[in-house]
Amino acid sequence: MKSVRRRYLALEIECDGFVDSREFLDAVWGAVLKLYGEYGASRVGLALIDYDVEKRFAVIRTVHSAVDMVRTALASMTRIGNKPVTIHVIRVSGTIKSLYKKVNK
Amino acid sequence: MKRVYVDLHLCPDLRDSKNVSRVISKASKLGYRLIAMTFPSNLTEEDFRQLQNISREAKMDLAFRVDLKPKTPEELIYSLRRLRRRFEVIAVMCESKNVARQAAKDRRVDLLNFPSLDFRRRFFDRAEAELASNGLVSLEIDMKLLLTLEGIARIRLLSNLRREVAIAEEFHVPIVISSGVFDETLMRKPKELAALASLFDLDEVSATEAVSRNPFAIVKRNREKLSSRFVAPGIRIVRRGRDC
Repeated sequence: MKSVRRRYLALEIECDGFVDSREFLDAVWGAVLKLYGEYGASRVGLALIDYDVEKRFAVIRTVHSAVDMVRTALASMTRIGNKPVTIHVIRVSGTIKSLYKKVNK
Repeated sequence: MKRVYVDLHLCPDLRDSKNVSRVISKASKLGYRLIAMTFPSNLTEEDFRQLQNISREAKMDLAFRVDLKPKTPEELIYSLRRLRRRFEVIAVMCESKNVARQAAKDRRVDLLNFPSLDFRRRFFDRAEAELASNGLVSLEIDMKLLLTLEGIARIRLLSNLRREVAIAEEFHVPIVISSGVFDETLMRKPKELAALASLFDLDEVSATEAVSRNPFAIVKRNREKLSSRFVAPGIRIVRRGRDC
């Protein structure tokens, strides 16, 4: 069986208040679902790897072929709950180790 | 050469200098090197200098843009005659077919913008594109509506944009992607704007050009024309003096 190529995205969350990890992941799923529907969302393979509320930093995982879809969905997000929010992709990498190396550079 | 990312349409409240400086510093943080703000046509020298100082502090190149909303082609021609030599970027908000046609064939217009959501009032069809392809005008797409609209309104907008982009590509009309936002929460990185463009079938290479090379070329061309050294396209004064 062919192994799944994955990509890890480091994200910066700009928000006035704090957003917990559950709310954040639901909002990302919601954005993907809104733009690409259930069929599209099923191909994304989204997972939350790391989330730091204080630093407003998150790492999510997706499959290699869906990076553009996730990037688009993240850019289309303007709110989480009632809070206005902007999410920027800082880095994309193939392994968690190299992602943190690039982010901390 | 490093790619220069450009956002040609930012509309902060110019009376609020804090808002303006917030928008400029946010643009700088997001990776833009050149931005254009929409100014009123009666901009004074004092305002001009103040804004240039703010942008210089943020190491941002600021271009001066005016949005024209003429009701008739005659009004458009009059405004162009009056403003072309004062602004680096001139955009026309096409709200009628006659105005859209005149704007597409006039070489003094830089950007065609279709703000209406009603597809009957978006006049970028094949005839418009053919006129635009003979001139210097580009099609501008504001991303603000994509971010703020939801549901059926966004679906309709995406469908219109998909059609317009296909026509623009067929007739080789340059596309410029701008944010069109008034506050910094809706500002996005250039690559994020390019990613959003995939929603209306603009491929990655063209989308990246639409946030970098295409808008940069407009500002560069107009700055050259507005320079005191400009004589004609391809001819400029290199040196003045008695021995020339």
